[in-house]
Amino acid sequence: MTKNIKLMQGNEAIAEGAVIAGCDFFAGYPITPSSEVMEVLSNKLPKIGKAFIQMEDEIAALGAVLGAALGGAKAITASSGPGMSLKQEHIGYASMCEIPCVIVNVMRGGPSTGLPTLPAQGDVMQAKWGTHGDHAIIAITPSSVNESLYETIRAFNLAIKYRTPVLILTDEIIGHMRERVVVPDKNDVDIIDVKLPDVPPEKYNPYNYTSGKVTPLAPMGEGYRYHVTGLIHGETGFPSQRTDVIQNAQNWLMDKIYKNIKDIEKFEEFQTEDAEILIVAYGSTSRSTRQAIMMARSAGIKAGMFRPITIWPFPEEQISNLSKRIRKILVPEMNMGQIIFEVQRNACGSQVYGLNIVNGEPIAPDQIYTKIKEIAGL
Amino acid sequence: MSDRTEFRFSGSGGQGLILAGIILADAAAIYENKNAVQTQSYGPEARGGSSKSEVIVSDSPIEYPKATKVDYMVALTQEAFNKYINDIKDDGIVIADKELVTDFSNAKGKLYIIDMVKSAREELGKLLGLNIIALGILVEISGIVSHESIEQALMKRVPKGFEDYNKKALEIGFKLAKEIKNNK
Repeated sequence: MTKNIKLMQGNEAIAEGAVIAGCDFFAGYPITPSSEVMEVLSNKLPKIGKAFIQMEDEIAALGAVLGAALGGAKAITASSGPGMSLKQEHIGYASMCEIPCVIVNVMRGGPSTGLPTLPAQGDVMQAKWGTHGDHAIIAITPSSVNESLYETIRAFNLAIKYRTPVLILTDEIIGHMRERVVVPDKNDVDIIDVKLPDVPPEKYNPYNYTSGKVTPLAPMGEGYRYHVTGLIHGETGFPSQRTDVIQNAQNWLMDKIYKNIKDIEKFEEFQTEDAEILIVAYGSTSRSTRQAIMMARSAGIKAGMFRPITIWPFPEEQISNLSKRIRKILVPEMNMGQIIFEVQRNACGSQVYGLNIVNGEPIAPDQIYTKIKEIAGL
Repeated sequence: MSDRTEFRFSGSGGQGLILAGIILADAAAIYENKNAVQTQSYGPEARGGSSKSEVIVSDSPIEYPKATKVDYMVALTQEAFNKYINDIKDDGIVIADKELVTDFSNAKGKLYIIDMVKSAREELGKLLGLNIIALGILVEISGIVSHESIEQALMKRVPKGFEDYNKKALEIGFKLAKEIKNNK
């Protein structure tokens, strides 16, 4: 196999990954700093017989994606900042109706119009709790252009497998930076395809809350007739107010994600074996962290990093285990403190420090190194 | 970390400086198999406003993707010169255009004032291609990639019918840089 090596942007890599994953449909509304995902797919998808549509607004864009997914398409949209606020209602609808889709959020400074061209990590909690009501979500935080490509493929797979919206939570730095990427062949990566149910239409229920298995979503138009509603519904898809049905439905939305966490989780540990200070970092901040750790190590400070790649569901078990032997934990974030509380909750009494810099610039290795020294008492 | 070489193209939105950075990163990463990262920073305006494009080239993997100790910088507006000069290394090289930058009171590093605009006007007939002249200067003065690599990377990104024009702009850059080297 000849290697297909390209210099590309994080946003381009997401588009490239989507095509490799077999994406059939993109609907979106352009917004900085995510627009390149849309731009690249507007060029690529029609050429391979797939559909691209620019919608009238952000809400309609996710609506179109959900419609396409109900028709059996692998569908994706991309947005940023205020666009993500607008998308929240339909994210809830996707959760409730268990419609697989991939939603890219290239994080920029907020709230409101905020900083359209500058990076932030302020939407991490929005990713989990942005839409109302209890639900579980999968969110992935790539930290390089290469990872943006491969994690997009994984996002599609998880979306189909668990019938859930999957968020790719990247940021302006990763989205806009250019790096070398080895573009894989479709045959060299695992791809999960949309399957027809293994029962005939007359026996098909679109939901199953008790078997522990995710029922395949039958594409509309294949002869499987079922009801789709944002109301709490029973296994047939029709609304219900029976207490047992409601409780089962609510449990299922959480359980299908949390009981499969081993399959969904993904993380990297860097020099944690002998670490005395643990840094929990994700996305572009993890790059600065890695450099800061190398600086600390050459100064004799034993620092290491835990990097969630799947950030939701949060890797609680790993943090809990690491914190049993590493008693000082630093969480640098380009926000006023979001993931730090998840770390604290699981940190078994370890001392947890924040480094929160939200000034439109990425957190620099020097800034993290200075904080590490302070924690080390140097 | 110490083998990082940091480049910064700065000016105003619309001058093509982001493209210049992309071409340099492409030449290093694809044609010379080095580690290279290109980033950009600009304001919300479509045109105007300060803009910069940075390229880091290194033999080892690049973690932090932004420039912090700049080795080579080009400034094509006064505002960009003032705004982005601070993190130039003491022995870093700063190339400023003679017409577009006139106040050098903030200067740092080794400053070279080059008449890029004049060369463009006289030899290309218009200012289009100023970014490629700047690219040629930084490539020649740093020796970071070969002439061949940068030309290949440039040709990949140039619209059809403008190959010769851009090649000429690149060569003007090489020539201007050689004059700097000779005067060193």
